[in-house]
This record gives sequence, structure tokens and C-alpha cells, in this order.
Amino acid sequence: MTADQLLALVAGILGGALRVGAPFLFVSLGECITEKAGRINLGLEGVLVLSAMCGFGGSYLTGSVWLGVLCAVLAGGALAALHGVLCSLPRVNDVATGIALMLLGTGLAFYLGKPLIQPQAPQLPPIELGNWSSSPAVKAALQINPLVPLGLLLAVALWWGFANTRAGLLVRMAGDSAQAARALGYSVPAIRIAATIAGGMVAGLGGACLTLFYPGSWNEGISSGQGLIAVALVIFARWSPLRCVGAALLFGGAGALGPALQAIGIGWGYHLFNIVPYVLTLLILVLSCKPGQLAAGAPGEFSAR
Amino acid sequence: MSQHFNRRDTLKSIAALSALGASPFAFAQKPITVGVIYVGPRDDYGYNQAQAEAAAALKKLPGVKVVEEENVPETAAVQKTMTGMIAQDGATLVFPTSFGYFDPHMLAVAAKYPDVRFAHCGGMWTEGKHPKNTASYFGYIDECQYLNGVVAGHMSKSGKLGFVAAKPIPQVLRNINAFTMGARSVHPNLTTQVIFTGDWSMPVKEAEATNSLADQGVDVFTMHVDGPKVIVETAAKRGKMVCGYHASQAKLAPQAYLTGAEWNWLTAYTTFLDAARSGKPHPNFIRGGLKEGYVKMSPYGPAVSDAAKKQADGIKAQMVAGTFDIFKGPLKDNKGGVAIPAGKVYKQTDIELEKMNYLVEGVVGSAG
Repeated sequence: MTADQLLALVAGILGGALRVGAPFLFVSLGECITEKAGRINLGLEGVLVLSAMCGFGGSYLTGSVWLGVLCAVLAGGALAALHGVLCSLPRVNDVATGIALMLLGTGLAFYLGKPLIQPQAPQLPPIELGNWSSSPAVKAALQINPLVPLGLLLAVALWWGFANTRAGLLVRMAGDSAQAARALGYSVPAIRIAATIAGGMVAGLGGACLTLFYPGSWNEGISSGQGLIAVALVIFARWSPLRCVGAALLFGGAGALGPALQAIGIGWGYHLFNIVPYVLTLLILVLSCKPGQLAAGAPGEFSAR
Repeated sequence: MSQHFNRRDTLKSIAALSALGASPFAFAQKPITVGVIYVGPRDDYGYNQAQAEAAAALKKLPGVKVVEEENVPETAAVQKTMTGMIAQDGATLVFPTSFGYFDPHMLAVAAKYPDVRFAHCGGMWTEGKHPKNTASYFGYIDECQYLNGVVAGHMSKSGKLGFVAAKPIPQVLRNINAFTMGARSVHPNLTTQVIFTGDWSMPVKEAEATNSLADQGVDVFTMHVDGPKVIVETAAKRGKMVCGYHASQAKLAPQAYLTGAEWNWLTAYTTFLDAARSGKPHPNFIRGGLKEGYVKMSPYGPAVSDAAKKQADGIKAQMVAGTFDIFKGPLKDNKGGVAIPAGKVYKQTDIELEKMNYLVEGVVGSAG
């Protein structure tokens, strides 16, 4: 392996982490908000696919990519709102509803997205951070999705907000002890619905990343299960928004590993490299689960079920 | 319940048989319903679009009704779709177009409806093993991939070509090899770097593969995945060139698109249709290349040099005349072994080529 190849490999994996990791980041942040309030939204895969379709459609129909991003956020929020409201009804299980929502979201997106498979829509302009380098590989790796810095800011804001703001503390209280929240006179369902909607809107940004930046077109296989992996990521990140960033980048890089290694001629075992994200998910779930014990950092309400 | 259906089916086939005997002159004009089943969306700029374009042309023929269904997975779901098309829409000729529909799904339904004709794309129909009402059609698109390679060989400046593929199955390996040999007929030192994504439609992996190859200096891309759209767009974004596959993707990147290997399925579709309408036996195994009109090349893009056009057109003329063999010895594989010994020549029709399990010299990648 020459130095150039090595540089390109590293650039490929790092660039891949930033490109592939963006949807993971937003969906896991969205799930983090939702779960902090004591509710699980497995439907974020559906939210991701539907908002990806709506974002692309919005950008295509209005000609403005930022209106497309807005459409994605609103679509994500709307679908999550349905989940939030349904789960507030008595005797409704949020895991089952989440799965139904996932099927609804993807089905709706496939149905409404039919006419959007062929067209090309305006794309998010990349932020070029690599102009200092003469290597095209480095330049390409550092073409940053403009939503990624937003996601990083959001992660820091959430981390700070959960500890220091009234709203953040309320969300955590609803998640840790519904009784305490009720005793203080707050409506637990209202908090949870609001958190679920906010989570859906953030996950909607992830959908926008898929169709408006990378790979940058709408088709029915676009998510390939990234929304579901992101939900598992939250457990890996122990419900910390900052650790969500690390986890998203790790999984993005793992997804880029297979193609990057094959590009430098390491062709054996690409099946193995391609499953690295899934193996990581399994490994993390096994390591982070202790029977009869709640994972550290998990919202207290989860144990009540 | 099942008895009831059996009786009805028997009655139906008796009715069909008596109609066959009673009116031998009505066949040519007999209206027919054709079912076409796709594994993905009909307008994917790829595999399914190529099939749907032929189905759309069938629709325009008088007396032909076409029923279609998209996004049918390669599971028991396709059996339900086929049964529905036959029982409810009265389809008597069915095209389950995806590779995984053949065994066991199409075979199971074909056994239940012996008077319905089935034609499967790419599958291996074997005489004596599979029923007479089933068939397989395919095209020698490696001829077009060879020509893609010739054009790519002329246009590449870095000497590195990229091939993004789904899985290392014989049809895919044959395309990778033909592309590479076409390119190396121009410059013997060219290499093709291949990346397998693992499945037919993996947009994120395909984009990642394209970017990784571009990082390594690849400047002309081609592919064998169901929907080449993402690869074409990503390569164009990186300022690289592409040769298309399945259908024309020229509209997606007019400047970057050099040429492409396209299917022309109408030839196969009408062969089956004519046989079905005239009551002739079902053609069980049909194949063809450029000569027979099963495949075609996309028109050249604006970037293609005259030298490239001239050489590609020359080889194409030989292929159409039937005087050009792609796979002939001596041919080395990319592990240093012998793929085809000196003096051995495989014609395109040779079934041995449909079992290809090696990558030729010049390909960087592994078939296993």
C-alpha cells in the first residue's frame, strides 16, 4: 500500500463517517429526546423514510432546498405527533405503535414518492473545508453536509439543556418518574407528546440528509434500515446527546469501511466488513444489557414496564 | 375450498381446450392478457425500467392487455401476485422479471397453472428439469459492457476504471470481465477496481463505493446494480465519467455520461407473445446479443473522442456480424491462473459462460 492509497483510505473512512453518519446522528438525537421523556419511538425508521421523501419532494417542487429541509422537518414532526398522541391513549403499547408507525411511514413514503424516483432536486450546498489540501481525496472527505454542524450544535445544546433548563429537566422528570411530574402538577402525556414531536422533527433532518445531500436522491431503498440502527445507537450512547455524536460517527465510519477497503484492493471478506455496523449493534446491546438491572443512564420509567 | 378451485380450474382448462379445437383461425387476433412483475419501481433508471419500457411497448399492440405490479419482493408474495394476475385478470402469459422469482416461486405457480406461459429473465431454464410452460430469456449484455470498456479505455486519463457491482454471480463477473477486456484492448495496462456492495439496491453503499473509488483515482465508472442513478450522480458530482447500465442514464448527467449498455427486452417479449397468440410451443430458452437486438448501446455523450467512437463502432460492427468473440484463450485470471486455455474459443451462446466464476487479469478485486 502506498502513502497515497493510505491517505485515501483514511480520508474515505473519515469522510464516510461524516457522510454516512449524518442520518444516524439526527435520528439518534431525536430518539434521545423521545426516550428521555420516557417513551420509545421505534417508528423513527418510518419517520426517516417519510421525511426523506417529503424533503426531496419539497426541494423538487419549490426549487428551494431549504424549503425541502423544512418539509422534511414538518413531515417528521407530523408522523411523530401521531405516535405521541396514540401512545397517550390508555392501554396503548409504545413499542407496538412504533412498529405500526414504521410500516405506515415507509408505506406512505413509497406510495407518495412514486413520481419522485426519476427527477433530480436541488441539493444542499456542501461546506468546503478541504481547500487547504492538494489531495482530491481529502478535499472530497471534507465537503461537509451543512446540516452536520447544525447537528453538532444541537447535540451540545441538548446536553446542556437536559441539565440546565426548565424544559430539559421537565422532560427528564417525565422520563424518570411520571408520578413525580404529576405530583408537581405537570401533565405527563403533554410533555411526552411534545418530546416525541420534537424528536420526530430532529429525525426529519436526518431524512433531509439522505435525499438532499448524500446519496442525494429519492428511492425506496434509501434508508436501508438506518433509522432502526439509530434507535439502538441511543442505548449504546447511554441516552447522552454528546455520546450520540460519537456513536453516529463510529457507525458511519463502519458503514464506509467495506467500500473503502475494496477500493484499495482488499477484496476478501467484504461481506464481513459490510456487516460491521450490525455486529457493533449486537455487541453493544449484549455488553450494555445486564439481566434484572437497568442500564446506567436509562430513563427510570423504562424499568416500570 | 381447494376442491372448489380445482374444479373451477379444470372447467377453465377444458373450456380453453375446446376453444382451441373449435376455432383454429381465431388465434392471431385472440386478445391476450400479459402480466409483468417488477422487483422494484418501474422508473428506477435501471433494471426495472428496462423491463417496463418493453411492457409499455406491448401495451400499444392491438388486443394486448398488460397488468403490472411493482415492488414485489422475491418471496411468497410473488406467488400471490402471479396467482392474482392469472385468476383475477386472466393473464395467460406472465413475465416475473427478477432473478429470485424463478426458484421456487415461478416453478410452484407454473405447476398449478399448466396452461399459462411463464417467461423469466435471466434464470437458468434446463431442458427436462423445468416444466415446458416456463422459459428463460436473457441478453448478452457483456457485448455492450465490452464496448463500454473500449470507450472508457480511450477516455480514462488515470488508467484506473471503477466497477460498482452488487454480488459476484456469473452474470456480474461476465460484465466486469468484458468491460475490463474492452478497456485493455485499448491500453493493456489499464486496471478495473471492483467493489461489491452486497445487494442489488444499496444506495448509500453505492454512493460510498463511488466516492472511495474516486478517492483512489478512478476516473471512469460503470456498474451492475439495479438502479444506477446514485452511482451516475455521485460520479458526476466528483467530476468523473460514467458508462451506464440497464437503461440510459444520460439525462441524469449529460456531460459525464459517455455511453451505456442497455437492454432491449421488446425483442424477447414479442417472441413469447407471438408464440402464445398463435398457439405455437412456448420458446423455452431464448438468448441474444447486439446481433439479435436483445441489447443496445446508448448514444455517445458529448465528451467521447472520435478515436473512441471509431474503435467502438468497428468492434460493434464485428459483433453484429457475428465475427467477434469476447471470451477466447489464452486468458489469464487475476490470481495468475489460466481462465481459458490458448486455442479455446467460447461463442456467446456457450452455456459455460453462464457459469463464470473468475475475474480476468487487470481486475482488482476478488470473486469469492
